[in-house]
Amino acid sequence: MPFPPVRRSQSEDPDRDHLPNTYISSTFSTYKTSAQLSLEKLLQGPNHGGGSTQPRSALIPNTQARDAKPRLLLMGLRRSGKSSIASVVFHKMPPNETLFLESTTRIQKDSIHSFMDFQVWDFPGQLEYLEPSFDLEDIFGSLGALVWVIDAQDDYLDSVARLNRTILTVQQYYPGINIEVFIHKVDGLSDEYRTDTFQDIVQRISDELSDAGYENAPVHYYLTSIYDYSVFEAFSKVIQKLIPNLSTLENLINTLANNCGFEKTYLFDVLSKIYIASDTRPVDMACYEMCSDYIDVIVDISELYSWDHPDRRPKGEQIQEAESHVVLHDETMIHLMEMNKYLCLVSVIRNPEAKEKRGLIDMNCRTFQDALNDVFSRSWEQEEQGNA
Amino acid sequence: MDARKKKRKVLLMGKSGSGKSSMRSIIFSNYVAKDVRRLGATIDVEHSHVKFMGNLTLNLWDCGGQDAFMETYLASQRSNIFSDVAVLIYVFDIESREVDRDMDTYNAVIEALREFSPNAYVFCLVHKMDLIQAEHRQRIYEERSTLIRSRSEHFRVDTFGSSIWDQSLYKAWAGIVHKLIPNLTVIERFLTAFSKKIDAEEVILFERSTFLTVTSVTSEVGELNPIYDRHERLSNIMKAFKHCAARNTLTTPASAGFVVMHTKTPQFNIFLGRFTDNTYIFLVVPPGEAAYNCAVLNTMLAREGFSKLAAAGRSDGFPLPPPETPEETNGLAS
Repeated sequence: MPFPPVRRSQSEDPDRDHLPNTYISSTFSTYKTSAQLSLEKLLQGPNHGGGSTQPRSALIPNTQARDAKPRLLLMGLRRSGKSSIASVVFHKMPPNETLFLESTTRIQKDSIHSFMDFQVWDFPGQLEYLEPSFDLEDIFGSLGALVWVIDAQDDYLDSVARLNRTILTVQQYYPGINIEVFIHKVDGLSDEYRTDTFQDIVQRISDELSDAGYENAPVHYYLTSIYDYSVFEAFSKVIQKLIPNLSTLENLINTLANNCGFEKTYLFDVLSKIYIASDTRPVDMACYEMCSDYIDVIVDISELYSWDHPDRRPKGEQIQEAESHVVLHDETMIHLMEMNKYLCLVSVIRNPEAKEKRGLIDMNCRTFQDALNDVFSRSWEQEEQGNA
Repeated sequence: MDARKKKRKVLLMGKSGSGKSSMRSIIFSNYVAKDVRRLGATIDVEHSHVKFMGNLTLNLWDCGGQDAFMETYLASQRSNIFSDVAVLIYVFDIESREVDRDMDTYNAVIEALREFSPNAYVFCLVHKMDLIQAEHRQRIYEERSTLIRSRSEHFRVDTFGSSIWDQSLYKAWAGIVHKLIPNLTVIERFLTAFSKKIDAEEVILFERSTFLTVTSVTSEVGELNPIYDRHERLSNIMKAFKHCAARNTLTTPASAGFVVMHTKTPQFNIFLGRFTDNTYIFLVVPPGEAAYNCAVLNTMLAREGFSKLAAAGRSDGFPLPPPETPEETNGLAS
């Protein structure tokens, strides 16, 4: 069974060492196994219905564990901003262009191939997936997180009611699912009104859930907007919960940050600019913005100068991973280092002496890189050996 | 023209609402594109002084474009406005419905300019290009610029299509300031020699506060780069990051800036650093750690030479003409 163990992995689970790892291993398999393909085919038709007779407890046979991709479901009422979120976060669409997005009529499935493969399903708001004609198993079976988007600028009572129904259904069969509520479009609200709305929504949902007997349902709330970094921040948190070795990563980053005097360090997924781990110091939006924008700078500049031509020859040896740093007017240094194809480590250093110690910082980051690659690769290699 | 003269009068004209003040604010006052909605109509003439490259001050006359103002410029204030002009920047709104009338006004301005400052440069910006569908842009722009040229008397006019929403604005303004810098040939000669010495693919000099390209030197290999608008895009990228840095370090965009930036990738190495008081130098060199470090070291040496010159009182360190071969180029380590 692929998914629910991942959540458990954060608690003290005897299986912790191998179960979650089997799933992260799919990151590094570049080919699709036949089982995976058939699984995908199975998931393609949301309307094929009728096949829900399978007992819900025996989810997917264990042999398919490698193919499990955690799935993020974007749900909510129509026009609440689900497709906009998906486009901005995963397709780099500029926020003001989301105005022109057509309304979604069928389930949009995006496969994200990155440090870990996952799927994002964008649901049409009007779809009644709780009706018996839908196979719940199909939708929620390998689910990682359910992201429910509420338009905070609109009347949200209807949305809250629907969310509660969904939570109750889902909790019944798949208690391991994370429920993440995005209170969206808060850019248009004043600060005070924003807090009020947030509290009101949280109150309504938790009241109703506790009436129905769920005291501590795993529901988390975020204030988001596509016009600033909050939606990336929120998605980062959602994804982080799905990473089995998160605590290992955080420990590693903490050690690195303490030893190098980094103010804040993020491990970014370059494509989506979601951070998959950071040191455990409090989140500082300013640092996050600068780091995230600095990645943009490097990616954009790289685009300008990465052309291929036979006459373009290197003049000597150089390390294969990109490395960059910038010193700002107030002596703040932003240091970026590519970790592997998907990830890069970005840190903010506010110590003016850091300039002289760059060699040391670079070396520490390389050590971290080795450790990181160990974390991600070992289980995969083990499994390869086991299969062979 | 006397190259030592430090003040240059720049006239910014065009029909009301064509975007003159918007682009001025973005280029010189660190506005971001969406902030220009806050700007109101310009009443009469707004004067501003922009220091550019130390020894050059642009005396910017932003002339409100409403018809009533236009008439006074051309009649009672004619000599005041049009005398001693170094550059006329005339902005056309691509969406304008009265093209003929625009052209008549333009022609009247050109007449006045010919009378009082016949040696001025004329730049015409066909603005708000972003409103035209991408596939028609080139064609419409060319039609419009032919029309403009036909109404420009003896002036040799440079036209640019521009939009505040992309890098084309930087291209247009870089073209404009390029024409204004007094000792450009000296700077260019130095940069060419320098880039040969350090074997750089490309060396670009950016102005500090506007991040406009002052000048650039590209090697033979560097010329093969398929991206032609890279300089403008760089201006755009770096300026956007400057805004971000300012926002997050609680300073104004004017005082934010970079001390140094190093980037090493498997395909290229880039160094960006303060060069003289008013410029950033941007080096692109092929991969190779040793060669890169050498190039950076040489840049530092050259910079010291410049700051010595600057301390000796020669404004920005760039020697003023008549030709003085910069001595720093000889003292390079390699």
